[in-house]
Amino acid sequence: MSEFDQMYREVILDHYKNPRGHGELADADAHAEGQNPLCGDEVSIFVAFGEDGDTIDEVKFSGRGCAISQAATSMLMEMVQGRSAGEVASLPRDELLDEIGIPLTPVRLKCALLGLSTLKLALHKAKGTPLPEEWAGASGDLDLK
Amino acid sequence: MVAVTAQTKLDAGRLRADFPIFEQEIRGKPLAYLDSAVSSHKPRQVLDKLRSFYETSYANVHRGVYTLSEIATAEYEGAREKVAQLVNAPEARELIFTHGATESINLVAYAWGLDNLAPGDVIVVTELEHHSNFVPWQYIAKRTGATFTAIPLNEHGELRLDMLDEIARLGNVKVVANNLVSNALGTINPVERLAAWAHEQGAIMVVDAAQAAPHHAIDVQQLDCDFLAFSSHKMCGPTSVGALWGRASLLETMAPFNLGGHMIRSVTLEETTWGQLPYKFEAGTQPIAEAVGFGAAVDYVTDVGIEAIEEHERELLVYALDRLADVPGFVGYGPSPDRRAGIISFNIEGIHPHDVAQVLDMDGIAIRAGHHCCQPLMAKLGVAATNRASFYLYTIPEEIDRLVEGLHKVNKLLGP
Repeated sequence: MSEFDQMYREVILDHYKNPRGHGELADADAHAEGQNPLCGDEVSIFVAFGEDGDTIDEVKFSGRGCAISQAATSMLMEMVQGRSAGEVASLPRDELLDEIGIPLTPVRLKCALLGLSTLKLALHKAKGTPLPEEWAGASGDLDLK
Repeated sequence: MVAVTAQTKLDAGRLRADFPIFEQEIRGKPLAYLDSAVSSHKPRQVLDKLRSFYETSYANVHRGVYTLSEIATAEYEGAREKVAQLVNAPEARELIFTHGATESINLVAYAWGLDNLAPGDVIVVTELEHHSNFVPWQYIAKRTGATFTAIPLNEHGELRLDMLDEIARLGNVKVVANNLVSNALGTINPVERLAAWAHEQGAIMVVDAAQAAPHHAIDVQQLDCDFLAFSSHKMCGPTSVGALWGRASLLETMAPFNLGGHMIRSVTLEETTWGQLPYKFEAGTQPIAEAVGFGAAVDYVTDVGIEAIEEHERELLVYALDRLADVPGFVGYGPSPDRRAGIISFNIEGIHPHDVAQVLDMDGIAIRAGHHCCQPLMAKLGVAATNRASFYLYTIPEEIDRLVEGLHKVNKLLGP
């Protein structure tokens, strides 16, 4: 199987069809929405912090979009559970891309990073954590609010 | 006695052999190219012409006294004649070489629009327009204070001409801009009718023929339009060159667009005077070899026969729609086959177009997924994106069969 045939390999399809952390949080401490206007991927991220106000206790996402965007966001939900806001705000995108584990063309890269960009924005809005510039290019075409 | 038609049917299998790109495999499979609406592939005849021009005849054109310059000029102007004839332009000097249909439309929007539009005037486009025939007009409307509006579509993806009276009440209609063929839905628009209405209103008619010119016979005199824009790369020619046909009476009174070398008559510190048509609108060194390649592409396409191409695509369209109807979840957009070009925009229910196109790519099938530079249309359809398959003179039914098989695979992999 060529490396691109792996794009829809088992783990991606699993996360797409059975997304982890799918849903919304009524009293979220942090929230943001992201959209890729080029293709219509949408994601809405909700975060609830633990008692220390910093550890990510619960994190959920809702939305619709291509398999890559939804699977990547689902993987992200699992990855950030129990980590601090500061840590997640500076999570290198390669950590997520390694988890996804397949080479992505520039077009699909935007799909894969939509969830991460939106989550970082949510944290920034709630806690003022920094928005790293290094992926500004990849998220430049995304509508985040 | 049996009547024999003179028209030979197009043999796409044989023509395909003219295109070197089909010799390669994509992911170990032969290329099934179903994206000619975005751009077409190039036959050896055009590639050879480009090469031989550069190797034997190339020079900068028009000003040189030496032999090579004369030869190159004859080739460049010869290409202009061919392109002008393709659209039945009354005179070759009305055929301006540009960098493509988008630049052609911008030329009219800026060079005609800025001087001729004011508050109270109305620019009319349609919901079907490609961004290149939408955004320049929207911008020029903002710049001049004119009103910008669009003819809406009905549920079949056709223009609602019943709305024209209401649009006329918005003000002085000065520009009507429309694509002869929609790149997204394939709708063939009633441009002659719109041109007549435009002229009744005292407006100019601007036709975006980027999608039409490679596949359908164009006659600017019959259409009675005022400007017509098209590109070389969609009709087997090189990129970076296209054309604007415009009425001499309008082009002559218009301000220039790009300024500089070659479009002038005389230049002094105090004043510069413009050159004659077509050079007034061809500033600087043009894409000379590309224009010659464009001429070779026109030769190729007219040798194959535009009517034969149109008929070939209509047969493929009917075949494709019939086969695609059996794909579970297939949703098609656009008018009936007799009212559209060889373009099929569709979705597979519940599956994102990017994923559809990606899975198809794994089997060497190229389609387009996205908004096709038609975001207003996508909004009207209520979708963010669609898949699009489109045909040309080298498309064979096997490619459609592979598309259908591929879509079954898409459903299997990503369906519910």
